Amino acid sequence: MKKTFFGGVHPDDAKALSRDAKLTRFLPKGEMVYPLSQHIGKPARAVVKKGDSVLAGQVIGEADGFVSANVICSCSGKVKAVEKRRSISGALLECVVVENDGQFTSLDADRYCKRRDTSKFTKDDILSAVKAAGIVGLGGAGFPTHVKLGPKNPDAIRYIIANGAECEPYLTGNDHLMREEANAIVEGMQLLVGMFPNATGVICIEENKPEAISAMQKAAAGKKDIEVLPLHTKYPQGGERSLIQAVAGVDFPVTSLPADVGCIVQNVGTVYAIQRAVCFGEPLFTHVLTVTGEGVECPMNLIVPDGTSVAEIIEFAGGFKGGKEPKKVLAGGPMMGFAMSSVDVPVVKTTNGITILANDPAEIAERQMTACLRCGRCTTVCPQGLMPQMMAEAWEAGNEERYEKKLYGLECIQCGSCAYICPAKRPLTQVFKQAKAEIMAKKRAQAAGGKK
Amino acid sequence: MQTIIITTVAITVIGLLVGAGLVFVGNKYKVEVDEREAAVRAELPGNNCGACGYAGCDALAAAVAAGEAPVNGCPVGGGPVAEKVAAIMGVTAGAVEKKAAFVKCKGSCEVTKNHGNYVGIKDCRAAVNAGLSLAECDFGCVGLGSCVSVCPEGAIRVVDGVAVVNEGKCIGCGLCAKACPKHLIEIKPVAKRVAVQCSNRDKGPTVKQVCQAGCIGCMLCVRQCEFGAITVENNLAHVDYDKCTQCGKCAAKCPVKVILPPTEG
Repeated sequence: MKKTFFGGVHPDDAKALSRDAKLTRFLPKGEMVYPLSQHIGKPARAVVKKGDSVLAGQVIGEADGFVSANVICSCSGKVKAVEKRRSISGALLECVVVENDGQFTSLDADRYCKRRDTSKFTKDDILSAVKAAGIVGLGGAGFPTHVKLGPKNPDAIRYIIANGAECEPYLTGNDHLMREEANAIVEGMQLLVGMFPNATGVICIEENKPEAISAMQKAAAGKKDIEVLPLHTKYPQGGERSLIQAVAGVDFPVTSLPADVGCIVQNVGTVYAIQRAVCFGEPLFTHVLTVTGEGVECPMNLIVPDGTSVAEIIEFAGGFKGGKEPKKVLAGGPMMGFAMSSVDVPVVKTTNGITILANDPAEIAERQMTACLRCGRCTTVCPQGLMPQMMAEAWEAGNEERYEKKLYGLECIQCGSCAYICPAKRPLTQVFKQAKAEIMAKKRAQAAGGKK
Repeated sequence: MQTIIITTVAITVIGLLVGAGLVFVGNKYKVEVDEREAAVRAELPGNNCGACGYAGCDALAAAVAAGEAPVNGCPVGGGPVAEKVAAIMGVTAGAVEKKAAFVKCKGSCEVTKNHGNYVGIKDCRAAVNAGLSLAECDFGCVGLGSCVSVCPEGAIRVVDGVAVVNEGKCIGCGLCAKACPKHLIEIKPVAKRVAVQCSNRDKGPTVKQVCQAGCIGCMLCVRQCEFGAITVENNLAHVDYDKCTQCGKCAAKCPVKVILPPTEG
């Protein structure tokens, strides 16, 4: 029996669409847009202005504060404007717009191909390289990596977990990254493990990616502090908490961090970016992205520069299937991703997939929605051990206190397993997202009021 | 026999002492109860809506009795309640200005449109949380009726994609204004009809792209107004209801007809 976590669901992974497509480097032609807030925390501060010439790899937004990250230019050209633009999440954000000259002239003379001597690198050297490179968690949340790598008590860290589970249906980018860059990922892991005296590295991969597992096992062979751990295929296996439960066997509340139980989880894409940043000095300005779904002509795994327009990526992948406008375009996969209202928006560091759906499952679900059957399936699948039907009931009845204090509603990781399994097609996850947003907004307002 | 006498005397003495103590303490810590407070409270509607600015009807009654709040402080009760409260307090009630909710958006399906193909909980707050920009206009009415569901009087409806208030039914409690995620609703005097039906703070050309009825911040209304009642801030006009005399010149001149005229039609 493979290791795993409690609960979870088995959605159709639909990875067959793009699982044989090799990583392709895509160089866009159109204008590039860089939102200054591509991460959790304070938005970066623009350090260029209209008319400036910029090069690929140049810092255009400087981290403003500790929990913040640099924003890096991924093309060469002239800054067209620093203005509010629509972002991939639909919000209007301050962005640096660069007119792309198509040359992709690099800031580094060797185009980040020349290896540096890393044998004498200390922990602080690695941290500052990571910080300068603007690396954020590429799993989707975008938490600044240098913050995650600097826990209060480094000696207590037992596991560095590389998250290659990629449990999100449709997406195959990390699968291919592990197949093609296995050695680099293992080297990145060694760098990270070296930062913590008592840590071992564990690379977790769901067993539906046999090629990636064998590639990683080959690369990690003989490295005594790195282990490759195949995991049971189940959603949300790639959730931070699910992984820690599988690897370290501990369960912990949302109020504490993985570092509190001795774990640091990094997406394999982040580990790869760390290796590139430390060994080659390359900042994070390209990332792996899967463009897939039934509604696209040619599903692909791409390496795209940040700031590329989604429309251009879809065009590169052959456009919408049959030229028909699809029902839904998602940023990310179908479980964690969110629908986009326009494709004329730039991809950011954390956009790991674009899923184009020919049918809209949410629309179909809405038509079939009925009252709660009290079957309890949502409770059995919840990886956090919550009771979704009671939480939704409490929230809809306006009983915020019961939602938060009795039912631990804020422990929800919004993985969508409950809404997926619900035979009554209730929009449970959306209720919890709204509840969390409103409760947190209230708490922030209280905290701000308390300070005054 | 002696035992009975001693017991009776002892208990009587103790009783007198305790009684005297209670009288003393009772006088010393006497709380002045204003009978008018209870009387005022009895006249208030008891919705506890908080529209007066106090934490419910009890708090308003206490404030009125203490002379801190005006006798016409309850916007829900309006004129009739104010008169009764004034009688209790022994003063004459001033005219109560009836207030009602006003939706600062005119974005019906005719002039703007929704996009984004939103499927999910039919509630504006949930929809806005989902992050999709549903309406073409970022500032406009989402039209899913969060305000409708909180209105205790059924005075607000979504007509043709935009919320519309029935001023006759509206009690001005302001619950809808709190529920609106776009902060489109304000509570204004019903008599002051002239008001700007838009909340878009973008520049004119951007507004034009998304809505035919949006305020473009052209300043024509400001120039028309002889009383300095209109200001344009962040590309959006706003009427100062205290200064406005309902002459209607601004409404007549407004190129996008986003200012309500003083009379119907």
